[in-house]
Amino acid sequence: MKVAVCVKHVPSGRLRLEDNRLVRDVPGEINDADKHAVEEALRVREAHGGEVVVVTVGPPAAGESLRTALAMGADRAVHVSDPAAAGSDLVATSAVLGHVLRREQADLVLFGQQTSDGVGGVVWPAVAERLGLPFVSQVTRLEVDGERLRAGRQTESGDDVVESPLPAVVSVSDAINEPRYASLKGQMAAKKKPLEVLTLADVGLSPSDAGEPGSRTVVLAVGAPPARAGARTVTDEGDAARVILDYLVERELA
Amino acid sequence: MKPLVFLEHDGAELESGAVGVLGKAATFTDGDVAAVLAGRGPLDGLAARAAAHGAARMFVAEDDALDPPVAQPRIDLIERVMADGGYDTVLFSTSVLAADVAAGLAGRLGAGLNWDLVDLELRDGEPVGRRLALQDSVMVDVGWRSTPRLALFRRGVFDAATPVAREPVTEAVTVPATEPSRRVTVVEHTPSAADGPSIGDAEVIVAGGIGLGGAEHFALAEELAAVLGGAVGATRAAVYKGWYPAAAQIGQTGRTVSPRLYVALGISGAVQHKVGMQNSKVIVAVNTDAQAPIFGFSDLGVVGDVHSIVPKLVDLLQERKGRD
Repeated sequence: MKVAVCVKHVPSGRLRLEDNRLVRDVPGEINDADKHAVEEALRVREAHGGEVVVVTVGPPAAGESLRTALAMGADRAVHVSDPAAAGSDLVATSAVLGHVLRREQADLVLFGQQTSDGVGGVVWPAVAERLGLPFVSQVTRLEVDGERLRAGRQTESGDDVVESPLPAVVSVSDAINEPRYASLKGQMAAKKKPLEVLTLADVGLSPSDAGEPGSRTVVLAVGAPPARAGARTVTDEGDAARVILDYLVERELA
Repeated sequence: MKPLVFLEHDGAELESGAVGVLGKAATFTDGDVAAVLAGRGPLDGLAARAAAHGAARMFVAEDDALDPPVAQPRIDLIERVMADGGYDTVLFSTSVLAADVAAGLAGRLGAGLNWDLVDLELRDGEPVGRRLALQDSVMVDVGWRSTPRLALFRRGVFDAATPVAREPVTEAVTVPATEPSRRVTVVEHTPSAADGPSIGDAEVIVAGGIGLGGAEHFALAEELAAVLGGAVGATRAAVYKGWYPAAAQIGQTGRTVSPRLYVALGISGAVQHKVGMQNSKVIVAVNTDAQAPIFGFSDLGVVGDVHSIVPKLVDLLQERKGRD
């Protein structure tokens, strides 16, 4: 089995905007949810053999996230790093990932469900559609054999068990596993593992397919959000129950 | 803009967020709003309700394959309706299913998708979406460079339009059975346990987090919920610890809710939880940690101990009930 995991390099700590774009040259790390996807890929390899390849699109610093995944145990990494890809929206990002993954021809493509920087939206369905593959999201349990997958998933309507033939795209919830730590030995080994750095041209795309020209959405303005009108915080001095009651009564909620 | 609204439902009721989006769309089109309704037939009852809430015409796909919440056949359906009817914009209320459908459609059509929108307006005839970003610290205006346009709204940001008596105008559509859309099959479905009012449609939710201190302390949340006529919710952390059933889980992994009143007991307010409840009309939070993020988006925050405050509040509420 060949498993590809798409990871995202996200800023650690607080984010800020500059010229309507997220400032990305701050210290970063692998998106937390993506570690669960890497972990699941490693478990699939441990059970069935094969290869785990991690993929990212991002600035040079995003290579650090690939090294983290390699240190956890992934076999090799592919990094699309091209200034022309900066500012890609969801649809442009899905085009780039789609082209990389088409080269890889993996049996299973994994994503982490959430991005901690909150600007990723959900990219895997778009990637799956570009690859013409079935996709399953919100997966909390995954079993695969060489031909099919069986997945437990949690949605608003309840818990489902779904099946799909492979190849397929799966996004995993962080409930699926507890990611292993990258050991010192793993970190040493990661330095020797192959990490391929590619441009858009290398994956068969032109600069107009990504970045702003390839994006179909645009940020027009950034401003201050409306505050919750009349919000307040009080400290309990023995009268908090009464304060809450009065508040609820005043708003006809009790 | 010629919008189409994706109407999600659970077989019995339309999803309230989608009904709100329907009402919003009607304000742009002089009431001429089209919608897509898909699922196991018959869907007449849902179509009638959608018509009353503003859907002037509906494309209805009754298909057993659309009974489970699988995304790709719905992408096929919407793609066909858009092409046949010349719809250039599709509006969704966020859910696990709607996000999958919208993003899949974005990939298939190469269409721009703006998500987590809290509003939409027309400026010089062009739609502009508004989104809260960076933990809601900034408001961002977003647009589309081309059509088709796709928009996902935060659940519960729009109130439903006042229902009017109207005959539903429906057109039956068949869903093309294309590859790879039929490859994912649902083999088992366990509906969320319904015990007391479901958190999905409760007007009042009392939710507990690890600040409650143990499974036995969820009785506090239950007592308060009982006297307020509400349902009990729980954070992911509390569910993981086994303190409360997973069906009650609210957050990114769990349910998204927007009740009239949300009472958060011993909940820190991590982003994971926040996205599931931030559209509640009124949020009241009690937590011992004055620095807890939840106080940043509560209407009334109380820094204090739930174990002493909640029993007193329950007594006061019961006393008040007894008087009425």
